Amino acid sequence: MLQQRPDVRRAVEADRVHKSVYTDPAIFDLEMERIFERVWIYCGHESQVRKPGDYYTLQIGRQPMIMVRGAEGEVNVLYNRCPHRGTMLVGDRQGSTGEFFRCSYHAWTFHTDGKLKNIPMMESGYEGTRWTRENPDCNVKRAARVENYRGFVFASLAADGPTLQEYLGPAKIAFDDMCDRAPAGEVEIVPNCFRVIQNSNWKIFLENQLDALHPSVTHQSTGRAAHEVELDIAKKTGHAPLSYHMLSAFATVTIDQWDNFQTLNYPHGHCILTGYMGLRPQDRDTLDYERVLAKAYGKQRKEEILSTNIHHVLLYPGLSVQSPLQQLRAVRPLGVDKTLTEIWHFRLKGAPEPIYRRALAYYNLVNSPSTMINADDLENFWKCQQGLTADGGEWVSFHRHYGHDIARDGMVETAPGMGTSEAPMRNQMKAWAEFMDKA
Amino acid sequence: MTMATGQSTKKRKAAAKPGNESAKRTKTTLRKNSSGSAAHQRTASAQEANAPAPADAHTLQHVIEQFLYAQAESLDGKRWQDYINLFTDEGHYWMPAAPEQTTGEGVPSIFYEDKNLMQVRMRRVQHPDAWSQRPLWGTNHLVSNVIVESENGKKDELVVRSRFHMMEFRRETSRHFGGSYVHHLVHTPDGFRIRLQRVDMVNAQGPFEYVLQIWV
Ligand SMILES: [Fe+2]
Repeated sequence: MLQQRPDVRRAVEADRVHKSVYTDPAIFDLEMERIFERVWIYCGHESQVRKPGDYYTLQIGRQPMIMVRGAEGEVNVLYNRCPHRGTMLVGDRQGSTGEFFRCSYHAWTFHTDGKLKNIPMMESGYEGTRWTRENPDCNVKRAARVENYRGFVFASLAADGPTLQEYLGPAKIAFDDMCDRAPAGEVEIVPNCFRVIQNSNWKIFLENQLDALHPSVTHQSTGRAAHEVELDIAKKTGHAPLSYHMLSAFATVTIDQWDNFQTLNYPHGHCILTGYMGLRPQDRDTLDYERVLAKAYGKQRKEEILSTNIHHVLLYPGLSVQSPLQQLRAVRPLGVDKTLTEIWHFRLKGAPEPIYRRALAYYNLVNSPSTMINADDLENFWKCQQGLTADGGEWVSFHRHYGHDIARDGMVETAPGMGTSEAPMRNQMKAWAEFMDKA
Repeated sequence: MTMATGQSTKKRKAAAKPGNESAKRTKTTLRKNSSGSAAHQRTASAQEANAPAPADAHTLQHVIEQFLYAQAESLDGKRWQDYINLFTDEGHYWMPAAPEQTTGEGVPSIFYEDKNLMQVRMRRVQHPDAWSQRPLWGTNHLVSNVIVESENGKKDELVVRSRFHMMEFRRETSRHFGGSYVHHLVHTPDGFRIRLQRVDMVNAQGPFEYVLQIWV
């Protein structure tokens, strides 16, 4: 029997979206098939797998995958599945497999590029069958395409489609901004991943990432508390660490001020939110760092790098990069109402320790499982998910500043003084509809 | 180190909140064992620490257990300021991101908070617009397996290991966290204070369903 496919075309209009997009399991399955298992998905950073045999597992759509460093130094992305009986080749989240994978069920072995190495007693056991070394089904299946941009590894499970750089377009500035801030021009992973589950649809998280209207409401309590203590410390010692400002900005930047920022919206759903935290104070640590950077790049280039005005970049459909603080959140949808975020921090190679410490404070305070920021976001996401199942209305509204956005050169930017435009949500859903419409 | 035991007990008594049954109980026990506290100061010298007299060891064990119980009670009773007051001015509450970590400095941590950051956390949960604090929410801590470990080479410091189990109920869901505490305790005129509390949760490495709003 043919399964009824949901009619996604009718679910998306220019200024509103049908609630089923967030709640219908059939739509979720189609999203996995037509978006996550086709487009470029972030796997991890190459410094997560330094030596041949080092691996890291991840989920692309519904597929369990292994990112592994190959014998030649290349990074491979394989399906975590033994071609014999379907056993996962590795069960740990990360580790080293040595020179080859060895299935724990029947000891079949595979090279780190996926090629069959050996099957015990292959000659006697498979003689006369079609299971021969020449049969490509004997190998571990590889992701159709793997590309690396400045150390960040992406895979696409579709053989055809735009290259990674074509797909990311101008949004690849997320990685340029992060890496250029390193005097050595590259970053390396900080070996820890915070993982937090959201009981809500993955799109709710993406929409919130660029929702400049919400911080002063959602994060009022934390921003205010941090601001009070920030003032206390300043009174006692002259000045409070920057980490307090990172938290207090959520409240001191008031709701009307958020309109002064801007979002830049690109094809495929990508978006940049411009900066607001003012992370370039003139303290000694910053000035030391600027000197090192100027030495590496020259004064003019240093100035260009540091004046890149980004808060964070959303790389649709599964990555939010906060380049000035060297952290990112990868989105792994687990179900229509369940989403895992993997949160990573990176070190700027060649930058002085205090610069790393400053970003680390943000990683600990905002992105760790004890976050005083996301605690209230997750609460709202959950409430959204619950409320959207209700019959109290059919549509989700993205009307804010609709009709005022400025479209040019293939992108859409918010008009001056209209930074809280829901343009990013409209842009994401436009891309979503395009992806979902392709059989 | 010299310390008037009577005075420290009085201060401890003053710090306890009136009307709280469990706090009262703790207070009483501490007073009863104030001589134990003095006994501990004798064992605090390096030579004697290895072989404390049995009676002294028992009393010290008891006093420390009461301290840990009182700390747990302040969490379950949501008496956040009392909890913060148990730390020294330079004290830290630390929950490592990975069990192999040896310091909270310069590494990712689930919590690494001094008293100022603890103030932020407390004021946040007390703010009427801390949306996620609104639902019915409570915790229950059990602390056990208390081992007074060593003087840690520092004359004024006592290292205490223990195990905990924390059950949390929030909205419709219960969560369980279990693991170990390591308390680095110092004597002050006000009684023991925490220089460093390390909290290793056995399930800290898994994905978190929702977050940890307050210290465990
Ligand atoms: Fe938020």
